[in-house]
Amino acid sequence: MKSFSTLLDRLVLTPSRNGKLKLLADYFRDTPDPDRGYGLAALAGALDLKSVKPAMLRELVLERMDPVLFQYSYDYVGDLAETIALVWDGSAKDDTNDAEEPRLSEVVTRMNALGRNEVRSAVRDLLDHLDPSGRFAFLKLVTGSLRIGVSARLAKQALSDMSGHGDEQKPAHSRDVTEIETLWHGLEAPYEPLFAWLEGRGERPVLATPAIFHSVMLANPVEDGDLAKLDPADYAAEWKWDGIRIQMSSYGGTRKLYSRSGDDITGAFPDIVEAIDFEGVIDGELLVGGTLRSNSPTRSFSDLQQRLNRKTVTAKMTDDYPAFVRAYDLLFQGDQDVRAKGFLERRERLSGIIESAPHDRFDLSDLVPFSDWDELDRLRIAPPDPVIEGVMIKRRDSVYQAGRLKGPWFKWKRDPYNIDAVMLYAQRGHGKRSSYYSDFTFGVWTETPEGDQLVPVGKAYFGFTDAELEVLDKFVRDNTVERFGPVRAVRADKDFGFVLEVAFEGLQRSTRHKSGVAMRFPRIARLRQDKLPRDADRLSTLTAMLDAREA
Amino acid sequence: MKPEALLHPTPAGLFCPIGRFHVDPVRPVERALITHGHSDHARSGHGRVLATRQTLDIMRIRYGEDFCESEQAAEFGELLDVDGVTVSFHPAGHVLGSAQIRIEKDGLRIVVSGDYKRGVDPTCAPFVPVACDVFITEATFGLPVFHHPNPREEIAKLLTSLKQFPDRSHLVGAYALGKAQRVIRLIRDCGYDEPIFIHGALARLCDYYESQGVALGDIRPATIEKKDPGAFKGAVVVGPPSAFQDRWARRFNEPLIAFASGWMMVRQRAKQGGVELPLVISDHCDWPELLETIGEVRPSEVWVTHGREEALVRWCELKQIPARPLHLVGYEDEGD
Repeated sequence: MKSFSTLLDRLVLTPSRNGKLKLLADYFRDTPDPDRGYGLAALAGALDLKSVKPAMLRELVLERMDPVLFQYSYDYVGDLAETIALVWDGSAKDDTNDAEEPRLSEVVTRMNALGRNEVRSAVRDLLDHLDPSGRFAFLKLVTGSLRIGVSARLAKQALSDMSGHGDEQKPAHSRDVTEIETLWHGLEAPYEPLFAWLEGRGERPVLATPAIFHSVMLANPVEDGDLAKLDPADYAAEWKWDGIRIQMSSYGGTRKLYSRSGDDITGAFPDIVEAIDFEGVIDGELLVGGTLRSNSPTRSFSDLQQRLNRKTVTAKMTDDYPAFVRAYDLLFQGDQDVRAKGFLERRERLSGIIESAPHDRFDLSDLVPFSDWDELDRLRIAPPDPVIEGVMIKRRDSVYQAGRLKGPWFKWKRDPYNIDAVMLYAQRGHGKRSSYYSDFTFGVWTETPEGDQLVPVGKAYFGFTDAELEVLDKFVRDNTVERFGPVRAVRADKDFGFVLEVAFEGLQRSTRHKSGVAMRFPRIARLRQDKLPRDADRLSTLTAMLDAREA
Repeated sequence: MKPEALLHPTPAGLFCPIGRFHVDPVRPVERALITHGHSDHARSGHGRVLATRQTLDIMRIRYGEDFCESEQAAEFGELLDVDGVTVSFHPAGHVLGSAQIRIEKDGLRIVVSGDYKRGVDPTCAPFVPVACDVFITEATFGLPVFHHPNPREEIAKLLTSLKQFPDRSHLVGAYALGKAQRVIRLIRDCGYDEPIFIHGALARLCDYYESQGVALGDIRPATIEKKDPGAFKGAVVVGPPSAFQDRWARRFNEPLIAFASGWMMVRQRAKQGGVELPLVISDHCDWPELLETIGEVRPSEVWVTHGREEALVRWCELKQIPARPLHLVGYEDEGD
C-alpha cells in the first residue's frame, strides 16, 4: 500500500501534467505485480472494490474516540476519510512497520472476498495495520471518492512512457499510447499480461472481449498557408458539429459507447446503445436534439452537457435531452477491418449501415460541396446552423490512422469571438508560475440601480506570452486594492484599470454566474493598454449574441 | 496562595505581580522573561530582559544592539531570585536557546513551557520534564489529527523528489529561526552533501547556529549576478515560505515548492498554499506528545495557551485533570 499511497499524496499536489506523468511512470516501473495493476485500475476508475458506507467508518472511529474530540478534528480537516486516517492512532504514535503493511493487492482481494458480516472487523483490522497515508488511500478507495486529477488517458500515457525504459541492456521497446488504448477494454486488473508486454517480457495480449475501443484519428487545425499548398479537388468537407466525439462498438451482442479517449460511457446513453442494430465500429459526433432526417433541430452544447459526466440517466433526462449520433466514419464493418480503405469508400459503406439504422438515433454527416478554399472559407464563417463550429477537411483517399497526423485531416474552426473586458481579480499560478499572478477574472459593464458596474464574465489563464505575463503581474502587484487569500482584487474603474481582449469559442446561458453567461475556452488574446476601462464591452453585447443565436 | 496570585494573564501577556515581571510579553514592559527567540515571543523594546544566553544572542541578531535596556543571561537549572520569586530556566527542545520557565513562591510551582517539542532535534537541547503544580502548555497542534511522522522519512521524500525531478530547483520553505537550521541539519544527516542555497533572511541565523556548534555543511547564498535559468538546477534552496510567492523566486528553474511544517499534515492546507511537496516537520508537540508530557509532568492543574485549546482542555476533563484555556492573544498560530 505504501507505494500507492505515496503516489496519491504526490499526485494530489502536483499540478503539472509532465510532473504527474513522471510520478505515474516511476510508480508503474518500480512497483511489483500485481500491486501496480490494482493501482492502475484505481487510477483509471476501473477498480472493482467492495464499498463501505461513510456511516460505518464513523461508527468505527467512535468506538475508540471521544465524539467531541472527533467533531473538533472533523471540523478542522473537513474531509471524513482524511480525518479518520489522521485520528485513528489516537494518543499513540504510529508504529506501523513498512515491511508489514498490507499490500494493495492484499487489500483488494481481502475486501472483495468478505461476507456481509465480516466487513466491519476487516476494515478495522486494515486501518490498524496501515500508516496514516495508507489509511487515507484505503478509505478513499472503499468510499469510491478518489479525486486526484488523473484521467484514464493520462494513466495510459504513463504506461507508454514507462514502456520505453525497462531494461537498459535491451533496446527500447516503447509502446504507443494508442495501442494501449486499443487493448485497454479487453483487459482486467491486475493487467499482468499488459505489463509483461510493456516491459518486453511478453507477447501482445490477445483480446477475448469483442466491442473494444479503437484509437481515433484526429485532425490538425488549419494554419496560415496550409491550404494554399493543397488541391481542393483532393479533399472533401463536412460540417464540424459542436458535440463530443464518440465511438460506437458493437460485436456479438456487446454494444459499447466510448469517448474520444476510450472511456466507457455506455451507461450514460441507453437511448443510443439500445438503438444500435448493426455490428461494427463507427466514429461520430454525439449530439442532442433530432437527427437531420427526423427534421428537428440539433441542440446546443449546453443542452448536451446535461447528459455528460453521468454514470446513469433517468427517463426524464432521455426524454428532455434525447441523444443521437451523427456518424462520419466506419472502422469495422461487422468484423471486417476497413480502416485501410479510402475515406470515401468507408463513407459509402457507412451510408448503407446508417440508412437502415433507426432514423431517430443515427444520421450521416453531410458532405459540404465546395470548389475552392475561398468558397469553403465563406461557408465556414457563416454556417447554416448555430451548432456548427466550423468545417472538417478530409482527404478523399485518406486511410483511417489513429493519432494526429498532419495532412490527411484538418479542422477549420469558425473564428473565435472577441470582447474587450476589464481585469477584476488575479490569482497566483502553480509550478513555474507560482510567483506570478497568472489567472485572471475579467468583467464587462452592466447597468445597475447604482449606475454602471463591472460584472465578472469569465476567467482565463493562458493566451499571453511570457513578456506579457510580466506586464500583467506588475500591474496586479502595483494596483491591488484587496486580498482574499491567494486572490487579489485590482483597481478597475472607468478611467483606470487594465483592458484585456478576450477570445472565446462560444457562449452559454448560466445560472451559476451572476452575469448569466458562461464562456467556452476563454483566453487572453491581446493586452489593450491603449484602451480605458470605459471603452470595454457591455454585458448586453454578450446577451445579444445569445439572443441572436436562439432566435 | 492561589496560582492566579503568582501568575495570571493580562493584555500584555502572563504577569507575575509579586516578582513584577511578564513572560513573553507581546508589548513593551518593564521586565520580561523570554522563553525563546521567535518574534511573537521575543519582542524588542523591553526594559530588563532575562533569558538564556542563546535567546539573548538571537534577539540581538534580529533586533540590533539596543533591543532592550539591560539583559541578564540565565543558565539552565540555575535558581534566580526576582523580587522574592524564584525562577529557573529548563530546556524546551523547541529551537536553539529555547527554555521552559519555572516560577516558584512559597512552595507553589508554575512552569511556563513556552513552545516545546519532544522529538529528537540535534540543533537544540532536549526537553526536560519539570515537576510543578501548574503546567502551562501550548496547544499549537492540540488536535487528535496531528501526528508528526519521523522527520527523516520526510527528508527522504525530498531526496526522492530530487532524483525524480533532477532539473527542478527544490525550494524548501522553512521559518528562518530554528526550522531552517533543523531542516538543513536533517538533510545532512540523511547523507546529502551537495551545497544547500539559502535566502538572505537566513544567513545570520545560520552563521549563529554554526558558531554554537551546529554544523550545517556547505551553505551558500542563493544570489545570482544576472538571470540564468540554468542556475540552481536540481539544487536545494531553503528560504522563508513567504519568499516563494515573491519575485525573488523567479531566478529558479521550474521551482518545486516544498514546505517544512507541522501544518502540512492536512492535505488541504498544503493545497491552498500551492505546496507540491509537503514535509511534515514540526518544532512543536503533536497530539500524542502533548498528552505524554502532561502524563509525565503530572501537574495538579493544566493551563492551555495559544493553539487549539478546546480539544486539549476536553481531553484533560476526560482524564479528570483540572484544565482551563488562557486565551492569550498575540501568539501566531502559523509559526511552524
